Amino acid sequence: MPDAVMRLWRGDVRGGAFREYRVPTEEGMVVLDVIHKIQATQAHDLAVRWNCKAGKCGSCSAEVNGRPRLMCMTRMNLFAAGEPITVAPIKTFPLIRDLVADVSFNYQVAKTIPAFRPGPGEPDGTFRMMQEDIDRGQEFHKCIECFLCQNVCHVIRDHPDNMPFFAGPRFFVRLAALEMHPMDEAARAEYLRLKAGLGFCNITKCCTEVCPEHIKITDNAIIPLKERVVSEHYDPIVWTWRKLTGRK
Amino acid sequence: MASDKYENHEYDVIVIGAGGAGLRAAIEASAQGVKTALICKSLLGKAHTVMAEGGIAAALGNVWPEDNWKVHFRDTMRGGKLLNNWRMAQLHAQEAPDRVKELEAWGALFDRTKDGRILQRDFGGHRYARLAHVGDRTGLEMIRTLQQHAVHKGIDVFMECTITRLLKDGDRVSGAFGYWRETGRLVVFKAKAVVLATGGIGKAWKFGTNSWECVGDGVALALEAGAELIDMECYQFHPTGMVWPPSVRGILVTEGVRGDGGTLKNALGDRFMFKYIPEFFRAETADTEAEADRWYADKKNNRRTPDLLPRDEVARAINAEVRAGRGSPHGGVFLDIASRRDAEYIKRRLPSMYHQFKELADVDITKEPMEVGPTAHYMNGGVRVDADTEATAVPGLFAAGEVAGGLHGANRLGGNSLSDLVVFGRRAGLYAAEYAKVFKGTPTVDAGQAEALARECLEPFERSGGENPYAIHQDLQECMQTLVGIIRTEGELTKALEEIATLRERCRRIRVDGNRQYNPAWHLALDLQSMLTVSEAVTRAALERKESRGGHAREDYPKMDAELGKVNMAVRKVGEELTVTRERIPEMPPDLKKLLEGDK
Repeated sequence: MPDAVMRLWRGDVRGGAFREYRVPTEEGMVVLDVIHKIQATQAHDLAVRWNCKAGKCGSCSAEVNGRPRLMCMTRMNLFAAGEPITVAPIKTFPLIRDLVADVSFNYQVAKTIPAFRPGPGEPDGTFRMMQEDIDRGQEFHKCIECFLCQNVCHVIRDHPDNMPFFAGPRFFVRLAALEMHPMDEAARAEYLRLKAGLGFCNITKCCTEVCPEHIKITDNAIIPLKERVVSEHYDPIVWTWRKLTGRK
Repeated sequence: MASDKYENHEYDVIVIGAGGAGLRAAIEASAQGVKTALICKSLLGKAHTVMAEGGIAAALGNVWPEDNWKVHFRDTMRGGKLLNNWRMAQLHAQEAPDRVKELEAWGALFDRTKDGRILQRDFGGHRYARLAHVGDRTGLEMIRTLQQHAVHKGIDVFMECTITRLLKDGDRVSGAFGYWRETGRLVVFKAKAVVLATGGIGKAWKFGTNSWECVGDGVALALEAGAELIDMECYQFHPTGMVWPPSVRGILVTEGVRGDGGTLKNALGDRFMFKYIPEFFRAETADTEAEADRWYADKKNNRRTPDLLPRDEVARAINAEVRAGRGSPHGGVFLDIASRRDAEYIKRRLPSMYHQFKELADVDITKEPMEVGPTAHYMNGGVRVDADTEATAVPGLFAAGEVAGGLHGANRLGGNSLSDLVVFGRRAGLYAAEYAKVFKGTPTVDAGQAEALARECLEPFERSGGENPYAIHQDLQECMQTLVGIIRTEGELTKALEEIATLRERCRRIRVDGNRQYNPAWHLALDLQSMLTVSEAVTRAALERKESRGGHAREDYPKMDAELGKVNMAVRKVGEELTVTRERIPEMPPDLKKLLEGDK
């Protein structure tokens, strides 16, 4: 097999550039394997964030040839042999060093989400829930928090100043999971409308396209949430009730 | 105080590690009203728990009403070849159902039975279908549920922060010293109590299921602080990891494949497990293919398939088939579910496996068999703790989850790990909080101690030697893989000790370039110290146990030895040496003993 030619972003907030490395490859390698090989043999201090190398933890998000991907699930044979492959850190979040970005924004948003609040279950403390009633919730729970959907969402990618007012697709998925949980009783419509900035999303489906877990983010999470906000907030009867009583 | 030179934090309880055990411990400590911090090396929610697949074992009795804690206790003890701490096995079996229900009450969505309760699946060594699960991504569900619960409880989380040493005030623990991965800045945590929940040691081997985090740092922290380890020789090799292509060799293939009907075959197409039923399990294992296949649906009139013998048995059987030349093209055996279950069922029950093989190996598991082989997976032993409180021998230091030993004895049953995390994570958090509440005075950190640790930590930047930490790690993995693998001999183990000593020497000559900001070479240089220590502990204990039991198999002592079945091998650090002593397992009370006799 010909050597892989990798162009990796090296640098920090003060600046940086793509640097080229050549590495021998073997069958079945993924991009993360090649990065590790470079680390072990040529650039010991090359910063890269990873954990499981099995597509389950969502740590190794990067932009490979411009496309947001998990490095551990991107096979080298996806690319023409010997063609240079560019790997850059995910762009929407601030750079720490080399391929590592500061994704703390997401952990801040997570703190603000109204928590799961179940109603009373069975007398023995358990829930009775039918499989068909949790299928959709389970789809959302597949999320591995790789934040590729956040990275690609143009609401914050192109307009970082929206960040304080926008939760992003990952958290719409989380909110949809909570809202559709058969036992949940918390109210989140106002949060969705005012704090999460659901209205910013104009359903271009970029998030759905990059999701490594193939969650139908736009169709199954965001659109139903938008409908919920419309029916709860803009319902004329509810609206009149709010105006008359001053209650939410 | 000179330690104020470093970033300083003070808590009642700090929990090191944010997998299932650490999260559950922090939630419990915080619920007890003490000031709690959670410190983790990765981002929150990325810990190794996220990779757990098959399920969490708990005798809920939803699928088989005959199941109860007593049967679970018996299965766990027999799976561990009776080396287990019986009190831990009892508490674990009794409390696991409540911990599963608690996860559900916190928002976890387990797969359902037809009447809307938590569904349970078959797994190795479990008499009844017992594992609550979410397809084959149960660990993700569990860590996310605990993570979100902890976040909503407002627990302080220190992410990407590595602890290199525990601090002590006299005999007792008084905090921890470490560094921020992002900046390389050093940090001191003062605490009345510390819970270790740092997970395993899998990165000492070449082919394994573990993430980079599993370097045994918690084990080394505990040893250094004066705690003891037990059962380190009984390391678990999971029977089914991927073997091809080379770059993914070792990645876990869940036991759920066999739980859901998959079977192991050799190159001749034989279901070879029928040839490897040990005497110990003969009475409860099917000896014909027909009975084994009937067992999935009718457990009353049939015995369990040998495909679901405990992991140690299956791993050794696969190893033997490959050695005998009946392996698959890439040095494993075949795991076939394609010919036994329909595609729809496979995709619904095992979505991650389907995805993993399709993307990484170009194999469609609904159409072809998988190639699998043993892979380093789990530390059955670990830091010795008190069964009820998870307290170690060091006052103020607690341990729970994979880092703690005792529950699993010589071999862990699949599914007993996730339940271990929440049962004993909760207990560790509870008793650490109680300890902190009655603690008199404030924890003090000796300034000189912090200074010395800082120097030690930064040494790799100062040296002139030319050793590369990645090369040393690779050599250690090679050594452990070939000399301290599934089957061991005295000669190989002795050779391993020599190699480990040489690697230790080389470690003193590691030179790290660049600066402290997110520098993985520096991180690895420090992690190597822990990996070498645990590797030595495993090897020394393995030399001392001159028998084969559970995860520990000796070619030169292939049988179980009744006398050695009555002792744990305890490892301590005395001066600069690791010592191994045989320590008697306390007598089991008659009521528990009776449960073991039962019907076989």
